[in-house]
Amino acid sequence: MSILIKLSTTLRDMVPGYEPETGLSVSLKDGESSITAGELASRIGIPLEEIKIVMINSRQSELASVVADGDRVAYFPAVGGG
Amino acid sequence: MFRFLRVNMATKSCVFEDIPEEYAGLGGRALTSTIVAREVNPICTPLGPHNKLVFAPGLLGATNSPNSNRISVGCKSPLTEGIKESNSGGQPGGHLAKLGILAIIVEDMATEGEWWQLEISKDSAKLVPSTVAGLNNFDAVAKLVEQYGKDCSYVTIGRAGEFKLTAASIAFTDRELRPQRHAGRGGVGAVMGSKGLKAIIINPEGGKNHPLVDEEGFKAASKRFAKALTSHPITGKGLAEYGTAVLVNILHEAGGLPTRNFTCGQFEHHEAVSGERMNKLTKERGGEGAVAHGCMSGCIIRCSGIFPDEKGKFKSKWPEYETLWCFGPHSNIDDLDLICTFDHMCDDIGVDTIDVGVAVGVAMAGGGIPLGDGKAVMEAMKGISEGTPLGRIIGCGTATTGRVFGVRRVPCVKGQSLPAYDPRAVKGVGVTYATTPMGADHTAGYAVTANILSCGGKVDPLKKDGQIELSRNLQIATASVDSVGLCLFTAFAILDIPDALAAIVDMLNAKFGWKLTGDDVVTLGQRILSTEIDFNRRAGITEAADHLPDFFTDEPVAPHNTTFDFTPEELQTTFNWIKK
Repeated sequence: MSILIKLSTTLRDMVPGYEPETGLSVSLKDGESSITAGELASRIGIPLEEIKIVMINSRQSELASVVADGDRVAYFPAVGGG
Repeated sequence: MFRFLRVNMATKSCVFEDIPEEYAGLGGRALTSTIVAREVNPICTPLGPHNKLVFAPGLLGATNSPNSNRISVGCKSPLTEGIKESNSGGQPGGHLAKLGILAIIVEDMATEGEWWQLEISKDSAKLVPSTVAGLNNFDAVAKLVEQYGKDCSYVTIGRAGEFKLTAASIAFTDRELRPQRHAGRGGVGAVMGSKGLKAIIINPEGGKNHPLVDEEGFKAASKRFAKALTSHPITGKGLAEYGTAVLVNILHEAGGLPTRNFTCGQFEHHEAVSGERMNKLTKERGGEGAVAHGCMSGCIIRCSGIFPDEKGKFKSKWPEYETLWCFGPHSNIDDLDLICTFDHMCDDIGVDTIDVGVAVGVAMAGGGIPLGDGKAVMEAMKGISEGTPLGRIIGCGTATTGRVFGVRRVPCVKGQSLPAYDPRAVKGVGVTYATTPMGADHTAGYAVTANILSCGGKVDPLKKDGQIELSRNLQIATASVDSVGLCLFTAFAILDIPDALAAIVDMLNAKFGWKLTGDDVVTLGQRILSTEIDFNRRAGITEAADHLPDFFTDEPVAPHNTTFDFTPEELQTTFNWIKK
């Protein structure tokens, strides 16, 4: 099991080799059962101040929200349109 | 020096008028809606002689304020049968403001089959027989530029407007004289066509900006507003880099990207039609493509981009998110180049990309066009310009198309199609769709901000709590922004940076010598909405029309499996300041 990470716009440039179609799979460390969305972002090298929106399994979440094995986590910087 | 220009298409008279007292202090949407409400009989036939077509720049038009040259177009809509304000960028708004023309009011109709064009310059306005009848927007403007020159700006309708199709738009030229900024919604192009008015040519030469009562004060406030826009990450950077198309991936992720005519909230090929891909292809192909392009003078947000073809030649402006969505996921198409071609065809023929793109997906649902068949869509789109039966059907928009093909799920409110956010997964914008006097319209109260974008606070998109209040406040603020002439995207900064609104109020006070406060902006927004709702009531559109089609309340949508669960009584509390 692992966590699937999806990145948007400028955040993609911060993770070398990021593939937009497949996203990035990250496994938890041995003995780790969960992690916060913020800790996970730091682990892949994204500065927290760059993140404005976090979604876990398509639900609006926070950097402090807990992510478990098998979850899908998406990070976005400040974006808007309409 | 401010004046109205009243144009009668039957008598061909063009008269500059002093502005009546009751219109003092109004601009943009406040002015078009007030004029329509006072001068147009609400029960008139929209494509008949008693309707009027009003063009009005905003209060800050042709000033040094950033992003303030938008133009409002008002009339009774042939699509919704209610009041309409449709809003566009491009150069004509600023040019009219520079000439001191606060509104053009077009009345009556020319003899059927006759086409006229309106020439406007500093001290004169006259109707002459049109030299571009029968042409679509790009050819029409190219020919007009040969005739009138590059310093003018142009307002035109394409063949869809000539055919009076109810999704026809009005085109406004951008800074490069491309007719690709549109008053798209509500069939305003059909009203222009019904009057026999093919084009307006605006020569700004010799026009002077309105003298500012407090020049230094204006300059200081304008600087503060510019600072707010450039320092906010959305208006300062995000929109320029990715356009509004940035929303494809985020709405997919949030489960609010309506797919295959609102049967699912996610599209498996979202990445292929995303803003990220558009940005990448634009940069890779280079040539005439451009990232960060402004559609009007004074724009510092620059969201409008230019998409090049494989050889680097101009293909289209960057399609808006809504256009990518309706010709893409909604119609089960994942070919970005093809969608850009459809976008350009809409601009050229002169139709609303939303109502026609949604009509395409609805036709697919009813078997009128094979699902996901890009070639068949291309033929249907050409048919709008050729006047084929299928072309005329989709050119009349989603509601007509749904009826013709016997479709169960027709995503419209008051006859106007829903834009690109599923109201079951983004409930705040669903409240706006249901209640705005304009018919389904995301821009009327863009609750996607707090629901999805964490802008202007946070409201859970899947819950009902707080959505009505959110939609109400945004609808009020939007009505004011539309009256000032500001691009609606300035709202991202206004919602997050308190000094932005203060700076706008200070600019208005410095320009006109007023003593407005922030509260007056709220009062103005409420007044505009009250005026528009009153027009609709007199036109026979009651509160009973303020609801979504019942498939949104019947059918849960994946991935969240939620429905739109507001009762009509709850929705009717949106405009709580209006006495029943």
